[in-house]
Amino acid sequence: MTALAAMLVRDMRIAVRVGGGALMGVLFFLVVAAMVPFALGPDLALLKRIGPAILWLAALLASLLALDRLFAADHEDGSLDLILMGRAPLELVVAIKGVAHWLTTGLPLVVAAPIIGLFLNLDGPAEVTLVLTLLAGTPALTFIGLIGAAIAVTLRRGGLLVAVLVLPLTVPVLIFGVAAANAVSSRPVPFGTPFTILCALTLASLVVGPFAAAAALRQEME
Amino acid sequence: MRLTASNLTCRRGGREVFAGVSFSVASGELLAIRGRNGAGKSSLLRMVVGLVRVADGQLALEAGDPELTIGEQAHYLGHQDALKPSLSVRENLQFWADFLGTGAAAIGEPLARVGLETLADLPAAYLSAGQRRRLSIARLLVVTRPIWLLDEPLSALDAVAQQSLTEFMRAHLAGGGVILAATHGALGLSAVREVWLGEAPSPLVGEGWGGGSGGGATTSTPARRVANPTPTPSPSGKGEET
Amino acid sequence: MAIVDLANPSRFLNLANRAIPWFGGAAVLAFAFGLNQVAAVPDDYQQGATVKIMFLHVPGAWLGMLGWAVMTVAALGTLVWRHPLADVTAKAAAPIGAAFTLMCLVTGSLWGRPMWGTYWVWDARLTSVLVLFLLYLGVIAVWRTVEDPSRAARAAAILTIVGALDLPIIKFSVDWWNTLHQPASVLRGGGPAIHPTFLMPLLIMASAFTLLFAALLLAAMRNEILRRRVRTLRLLQASAVT
Repeated sequence: MTALAAMLVRDMRIAVRVGGGALMGVLFFLVVAAMVPFALGPDLALLKRIGPAILWLAALLASLLALDRLFAADHEDGSLDLILMGRAPLELVVAIKGVAHWLTTGLPLVVAAPIIGLFLNLDGPAEVTLVLTLLAGTPALTFIGLIGAAIAVTLRRGGLLVAVLVLPLTVPVLIFGVAAANAVSSRPVPFGTPFTILCALTLASLVVGPFAAAAALRQEME
Repeated sequence: MRLTASNLTCRRGGREVFAGVSFSVASGELLAIRGRNGAGKSSLLRMVVGLVRVADGQLALEAGDPELTIGEQAHYLGHQDALKPSLSVRENLQFWADFLGTGAAAIGEPLARVGLETLADLPAAYLSAGQRRRLSIARLLVVTRPIWLLDEPLSALDAVAQQSLTEFMRAHLAGGGVILAATHGALGLSAVREVWLGEAPSPLVGEGWGGGSGGGATTSTPARRVANPTPTPSPSGKGEET
Repeated sequence: MAIVDLANPSRFLNLANRAIPWFGGAAVLAFAFGLNQVAAVPDDYQQGATVKIMFLHVPGAWLGMLGWAVMTVAALGTLVWRHPLADVTAKAAAPIGAAFTLMCLVTGSLWGRPMWGTYWVWDARLTSVLVLFLLYLGVIAVWRTVEDPSRAARAAAILTIVGALDLPIIKFSVDWWNTLHQPASVLRGGGPAIHPTFLMPLLIMASAFTLLFAALLLAAMRNEILRRRVRTLRLLQASAVT
């Protein structure tokens, strides 16, 4: 197995075996989405209108969950030292860890979203656009999150700091994701425009995220 | 192959840990890094590997691979084990074999050499501290790299395991490898060079660390000179010629 | 044989091995009989054949709540009496109860679409059953996340007892609040409001599902005991190797 494939397999194994596995993120997603009607009241029309935005926020928060342990766990047990001494470029290693995080946290959210959309009274077209926007946007959430996770790597309980660092950076993704998800019900904006921009943001984050995170890791380690 | 360091200086957290450290170690030689606790032995090892920035001075490797950094040609055995408790013994070792190595590496034989082959499918969480240490040592056997940097390698090992590790080190040196080891005690090997961080004990004081200025590694540590290879492994104050 | 005899896991395994086929066989027979009866039930004049979802939906609700009740008794066993099989019962019952609750939610949702025009509505009955489902998932998460089984048992026990507050809320939600879900039809003061043509098959199906629940619970408990034995053996194996 190549170095990067080995890293991907290892991270996915750990994600599935530890801390409740991939389902914990989905459970959090479900619970947060279920909280909203308790706060807002059972007005189905209102829930339908804000449903996509709620689900996007819940997906964002659920993605943040596993982020702070992404590098901190390796730092604490000395694995990060050895990773820096490997022959694979650190940027690629970081990117692969991001892929593993998305496959075990982001992708399950995308799969669970339609079911949770039922609770918020979303109809068929709204569900489809929601799934598409989440599929396009959750990788961006993960890869932008890599930067915060790398900056907070030496902190033992860096979870809140990671959230504080990452959330502002994800604002464009959130704006265009919700705009695209809402486009099917709101009139003026067609689906294509915000969706294309969302895809562009994701592609950009796939590049910027690993480079920035690798630079932050090197800085932190010294 | 020769690893040479000239005038290395380390600064961490705003204070100078050590300064002016120089040494040279060639294929088949072991460099023992000595000093009291806090003198910077671990920092020196991490500096050679590239995990700590060189504040001043130079590191050079002759006859190594010019395309790789020193760290990419070295193994580092620090205080931590770099093991994931939720993965099995086999999965842990296979991962490092794949990640640090260049191709398919058979892990059965290194596992047997450290005596863990019967536990190969157990989660690493079930291992004792000594067993985890031995699994880390297996990493050095499964991927071949010429330079070994060992931080207190014999700690956390029982007598049998210490014997094994010494054998592995001897075999590595015989194969032309280089070892740098930070250690307090004897290593049971010949061809040992030494470098002291902080003050070495004076010959009048003997085995204790009472000699030298108090307060470990603050500013104005005098430059250390390279000791000649000593035939006996015990630290001696005699090796202070140029 | 007194309950205290069952405290011995080996004795329990013997009992379970003999009892599971009986419960399983009885469940199969009851399902055969029940489905036969269900097929014979005439269509509702308003709902047509969709009314027969009731024969899945109502037992699902009852058994979802029964599952939590079993877990609550087991939780008391863990915290108050420290009965050794209590942990095992609680852990085994959780996924089964969750599955029945999910069956209730899904069948109810599918029934609601033609009846009410929506898959979901946030009324008191549906919401409290959804909360029960989330509580189930939370308890399962505790079992999976906490490493040591006895610590997990205590944490799950506390959560279970607190969550038991949801059961009366579910039962009386249709009385206390104005809900879209219909009021109680079977277990109410004044006797069942449902016609015997529907009541008998419902009770038979409920019995069949209950027998199935018992068989699954015993099988899951047996698996959990065996799983713990494997874990103990592995720990012993690790410590036996020097």
